[in-house]
Amino acid sequence: MHHGPAVKLEADKAAARKARLGVILFIVYALIYAGFVAIGLTNPDLLAIHVIGKQNLAIVYGFGLIILAMVMGFIYNIICTRYENAANKKMEDRT
Amino acid sequence: MIYEVSIWAVLIFIFFVAAVLGLSFYFARKTKSASSYYAAGGTIHWGVNGIAFAGDYLSAASFLGICGMIAFSGFDGFLYSIGYLAGWVAALFLVAEPLKRLGKYTFTDALDARFNAKSIKLTASISTLVVSLFYLIPQMVGAGDLVVPLLGLPHWVGVLIVGSIVIFIVATAGMTSTTYVQFIKGALLIIFSTVLTFYILNHGLTLKPGGNAPELMRLTAIVEDGKLTGVDDEKWHFDGAFEAGGKTFARLESEGVQRWFLLDASGKLVETLSLTITEDGIKLYNGAPRSEQKFYQVGNVTKIVRDGEELDETGPLGPFGFFAALDEAEITRYSKVEIRDAHTTVWYPKPTAGRDMINPGLLLKVSNKHGANFWTKLNFVSLMLALFLGTSALPHILIRYYTVPSQRDARKSTIVAIVAIGFFYILTMYMGLGAAINGVLDVESSNMAGPLLAKYFGVGLFSIISAIAFATVLGTVAGLIVASSGAIAHDFLDNYLGMKMDDRKKVMAGKMAAFGVGVFAIVLGILFKGMNVSFLVGLAFSVAASANFPAIVFLLFWEKTTAKGIAASILTGILSSVILILLSPSMYERYGLPTTSAPFPMDNPGIVSIPLAVIVLVVVSLLTQKDNAQKVENYHHA
Repeated sequence: MHHGPAVKLEADKAAARKARLGVILFIVYALIYAGFVAIGLTNPDLLAIHVIGKQNLAIVYGFGLIILAMVMGFIYNIICTRYENAANKKMEDRT
Repeated sequence: MIYEVSIWAVLIFIFFVAAVLGLSFYFARKTKSASSYYAAGGTIHWGVNGIAFAGDYLSAASFLGICGMIAFSGFDGFLYSIGYLAGWVAALFLVAEPLKRLGKYTFTDALDARFNAKSIKLTASISTLVVSLFYLIPQMVGAGDLVVPLLGLPHWVGVLIVGSIVIFIVATAGMTSTTYVQFIKGALLIIFSTVLTFYILNHGLTLKPGGNAPELMRLTAIVEDGKLTGVDDEKWHFDGAFEAGGKTFARLESEGVQRWFLLDASGKLVETLSLTITEDGIKLYNGAPRSEQKFYQVGNVTKIVRDGEELDETGPLGPFGFFAALDEAEITRYSKVEIRDAHTTVWYPKPTAGRDMINPGLLLKVSNKHGANFWTKLNFVSLMLALFLGTSALPHILIRYYTVPSQRDARKSTIVAIVAIGFFYILTMYMGLGAAINGVLDVESSNMAGPLLAKYFGVGLFSIISAIAFATVLGTVAGLIVASSGAIAHDFLDNYLGMKMDDRKKVMAGKMAAFGVGVFAIVLGILFKGMNVSFLVGLAFSVAASANFPAIVFLLFWEKTTAKGIAASILTGILSSVILILLSPSMYERYGLPTTSAPFPMDNPGIVSIPLAVIVLVVVSLLTQKDNAQKVENYHHA
């Protein structure tokens, strides 16, 4: 049985570099996420402390995790697109 | 709870359903091949697919479940929002592009791409089915909850309507129509949730939501030798004291109607909401049949303090001013307790500091002051782990990667999804808390907090929001049924059993499988009535994270992974997570048994089942290394 993709895919010479970047960014986010869980677990009262104006740490950290995911997504896309363009350019130069 | 049916709500609802069906008819004519049925021909634009991702993901669990959980338990409900969104980070950074490169129609294809092994085809298709079914239950429960206030129909009719419409959608057009339904619905859900949030902030905090402050009856209790023995009120006759959940309750009778009261710390008997089931099976709401409408909606602010001064209302607030105002306010929440001896469920008022509503701890008990212990803390970690790792292991989400033309499009559509979903999840905090303070909560169903809040601001908004929520359920169920039918027809019948089907037969098999799964989902939706849909989806995440996540990640990042290792890990993940869920306290409550007798002390099994699946994968792979000599070498993992 053939298991190939549903559509014909372009060659992706930047795959390895993108994957490495993905793993790094994933680990960074996982650590920040784990930090939130760890505070909730070891010192939940800390989450009630006001950190910015009258906003408590729970709200700031929680909203921050959501906004950080968006920002990291944009950064990842910009760098990946650069990797792809560079890899494609190299291929063109060779031909 | 009795709701008045609005003709506008019915009309808007019918319009939505008709539009969804019209779209399905339109795309049905274009769906001829298996590729278009299962993967929309791989031609969807990344922007459309990104919003459709949001449509798929922002299911009944998000809009109905999370808002309800925040309304009843504050920040703990928002933990689901944080975890659900974090899951997309794993999806974007780890699996989006490699999975797109490896697969064809289903997630089983991707897992099996390097091996072509029967064991993977079988276990991955079973896992797709199990996870999708776990995910289907809350969608159907949510659908039933929605039609009660919207159309005034019983819960089971709602489940039946959704099931039937979705089977029709999926059986006619498959993934293309499902994608466009999800796109439209995802966009509308985000737009109208923003509108609802604007209303909440503009309304601010008030002691008299809607101009009415609920005045609870307070009677003087007679307590002798520390025991509740009567009531000091001529109108009421004392009919017994009951202990439950560490509280004392009195059953009082007046003019033939029984009501339940909570003995508070000041020696007063405070009015509660009660549901009693009589010996002949009749349900009495506050001592009277449902038709007498003795039940009422609850949840309000009881104290507003700004700069040391007590106020009646705050006026319009900004997005941050809203939390600052809540931080100093006091809210009345309602807690549920079962009084088994009297076949009665009581919901009693519980004054809660607004500060506690915007901090974790009311539901998940992470803080010692809320009665946390080792198991409740571990349960919290387990939930957060499953939510983080579950998203990128949900088959009905993963199949959406096959609807776009390239890896780059897969990545971009994931980022669009993160932005749309993240924005919506921020709004859930406002919608949930808005429901908690405006006297709109139905204690019988936490799932209705969002739509009932919309009703508070106007029937028009309620009608639109409810219709979107209903479409949300329709779309998500459609996606789940496509994924399930793919698992049965493509992975199991075609690939595992080797039934050589042509394109037409493959589509037919998919449609028949969709019908079967749909009927099964209807039955489960009726059986699980009354459970919070976000909690149920959390369980689906646990099963997905246990069964599929280790398999996907090790396949992509560990050279030594073998087919047998993957199959054994999937099987271990499914079995361990499902068995532990069946032995959990929440399920014991469902069986009608005391929660303390549950053999597994946590509701979320991920912390046990995910590492177990990883260990099995590693051990079995190391023991079966010789198999890898024959693996298909054509595919390079990332």
